[in-house]
Amino acid sequence: MPNMNPKKNPMPTQAPEVRAHNFSEVALGYDEAAALDEALRCLNCKNMPCVSACPVNIRIPEFIAKIKEGDFEGAYQIIHTTSSLPAVCGRVCPQETQCESKCVRGIKGEPVGIGRLERFVADWHNAHTDTVPAVPESNGHKVAVVGSGPSGLTCAGDLAKAGYKVTVFEALHTAGGVLVYGIPEFRLPKSIVAKEVDNLRAMGVDVETNIIIGKTLTVDELFEMGYEAVFIGSGAGLPNFMGIPGESLKGVYSANEFLTRSNLMKAYKEDPVTPIMKGGNVAVVGGGNVAMDAARTALRLGAEHVYIVYRRSMAELPARKEEVEHAEEEGIEFLVLNNPVEILGYHNPDDRRDPKNGFVTGMKCIRMELGEPDARGRRRPIPVPDSEFVLDVDTVIMSIGTSPNPLIKSTTKGLDVNSHGGIIVEETTGATTKEGVYAGGDAVTGAATVISAMGAGKTAAKAIDEYLKNK
Amino acid sequence: MYKIIHKKPLNLTVTMMDIEAPLVARKAQPGQFIILRVDAEGERIPLTVAGYDRESGTVRIIFQIVGATTACLNQKEEGDYIEDFAGPLGTPTKLDGLKKVCIVGGGVGCAIALPIAQALHAQGCDVTSIIGFRSKDLLILEDEFKAASGRLYVMTDDGSYGREGNVCVPLNELFAAGETFDEVITIGPLIMMKFVVAATRPTGIPCTVSMNPIMIDGTGMCGGCRLTLHDADGKTVTKFACVDGPDFDGYAVDFDEAMSRGAMYRDFERHAYEKTCNLFHKEVK
Repeated sequence: MPNMNPKKNPMPTQAPEVRAHNFSEVALGYDEAAALDEALRCLNCKNMPCVSACPVNIRIPEFIAKIKEGDFEGAYQIIHTTSSLPAVCGRVCPQETQCESKCVRGIKGEPVGIGRLERFVADWHNAHTDTVPAVPESNGHKVAVVGSGPSGLTCAGDLAKAGYKVTVFEALHTAGGVLVYGIPEFRLPKSIVAKEVDNLRAMGVDVETNIIIGKTLTVDELFEMGYEAVFIGSGAGLPNFMGIPGESLKGVYSANEFLTRSNLMKAYKEDPVTPIMKGGNVAVVGGGNVAMDAARTALRLGAEHVYIVYRRSMAELPARKEEVEHAEEEGIEFLVLNNPVEILGYHNPDDRRDPKNGFVTGMKCIRMELGEPDARGRRRPIPVPDSEFVLDVDTVIMSIGTSPNPLIKSTTKGLDVNSHGGIIVEETTGATTKEGVYAGGDAVTGAATVISAMGAGKTAAKAIDEYLKNK
Repeated sequence: MYKIIHKKPLNLTVTMMDIEAPLVARKAQPGQFIILRVDAEGERIPLTVAGYDRESGTVRIIFQIVGATTACLNQKEEGDYIEDFAGPLGTPTKLDGLKKVCIVGGGVGCAIALPIAQALHAQGCDVTSIIGFRSKDLLILEDEFKAASGRLYVMTDDGSYGREGNVCVPLNELFAAGETFDEVITIGPLIMMKFVVAATRPTGIPCTVSMNPIMIDGTGMCGGCRLTLHDADGKTVTKFACVDGPDFDGYAVDFDEAMSRGAMYRDFERHAYEKTCNLFHKEVK
């Protein structure tokens, strides 16, 4: 009999007042009893609306059926046929707008906790199974993957499964891309990413760090080296700034820099080798998932007050609902309908050498109200005249998106980009304007989600397989 | 892992190393930089390329021991390995068509200026080099500059070698004598470059500076290396040293801001350096 409880089994979490001071994972995951109880909420619908709402089409009712049987490894194997990174997706996917948004149980209550079940299955597998994936039989063809973030890892995994010899080229010293430098430890432990990368290596994928495609090697050189196709998953690029006065003061970071210092370079640890501003009052400008990550990281680094400064209202925050809720529980203060106009810095007119000179002291903001909807249907924020005020802050983190990185485009002839600098691809295949070159993820779309990047990596892997088979 | 093939102290605080990194050596050009980490727990630091040997696959770095990371790097010996070495990054210095150039280097910046002087010399350019140091003890690469320059001026702040004074002294004398150049290229401490730019400005000769701001990834992701440029029309733009530079039009760079930003972590860096030195000191004991 299905469990007809209208509510999901709650996700156990660290108490907000505790987790606000540590970098351990916030959500603790279901135990077996909770997983079984939640699995029983699935009605195993014939038409499976959840599956078509998943960018990588995980066979959701099938894996949940295995959980009901208590066959957790069987559940894992079903997820693994379509997703290379279940432990990652179970944690960072916006399920509420994807699989769970189409769940029939969601009509009269809460949908099945698909993401939580996915995470449970992946964690169970990681804890109980040490069988390394077998090396698939080689088909003798070489493919290069540029970038080891979610799109690159997915593309590499799918191609390796199909027998290709895949080399992943990563610019940084650690593989994982945004999963390692961007998403904080408390949301996605780095050991999980490392495990996924190790699984790929076990399948015969080579991961070459410290190689910047577009600089160390060009795309054309990859073809000269014998790679027959190239997938570009180089991610989003240069951080955007607002163009207001004071953005170069000391204490102003891009979210990319702040998060990279804390995550990749481990500045959150005691006695770090890479410095970061800690404590004081922090303003994070922006309302997306990255802004939430930056705000919650600043809090854990010891900030007294952390403000999210966002020009629209709570209803328009682009971040996942769960992330916003977690942030609110932890004490992040949401100053919505506000927009920064200037960042203010310390200046001692009598002493040029005053060490405080040039550090942030505050941020001048103006209040906003929502006007008529714009072309995308979002109500346009309009400044309220004479409503400026100064927010007393020591650190400002700009989290207002990124622009594509120019390194690959500028060194690859025949690779066309759109007016925003995103690589132009055929949506159904990921094929670029250059033969044999495919692309996906943020390098194509601009900043988006982990799962959409994975979906793009998957699409491209399939297209590359077809391309090379017909060549 | 990247092997240290050759190590040579150039003076008490400056060390030269040739690192085995064939892919970087194959592509490196004057003006570009690399990012390295000494060990698996280390920080990423950018160092501008001081030379390369495409055949042996080595890249030369010359660094001053100024902080914890450079102190750790200096502990490594020939045959040891460093964890990471990535590049070449940034855009090469533009040298095409230059016929007469003045190179102005200061301190360890001379290490970066040298490959530019050598490349210009090799293309038949008339090179005038002015190199400056605090004192004789800190002098580096004099013979190499001599070989790559038609004229060489060596300056020391305290007069312990060459002429006493800073690099602007001979530069101003050359300008006063009506000397002209296709370009002035200057590399060294920010304050020195600021003064070289100020000295050159009245002549209208193009003046290129090599910026070395705080960086993390070096590939155009973090934005920590941003600089403010004020162009001739009074417009202000933000540029990223890692992908747009490290060379910039010296007349446009906001040096005061760059100096302020460069000092952002001064206390942290001093503390980390002292701690590292104490650690090495204990090991020696």
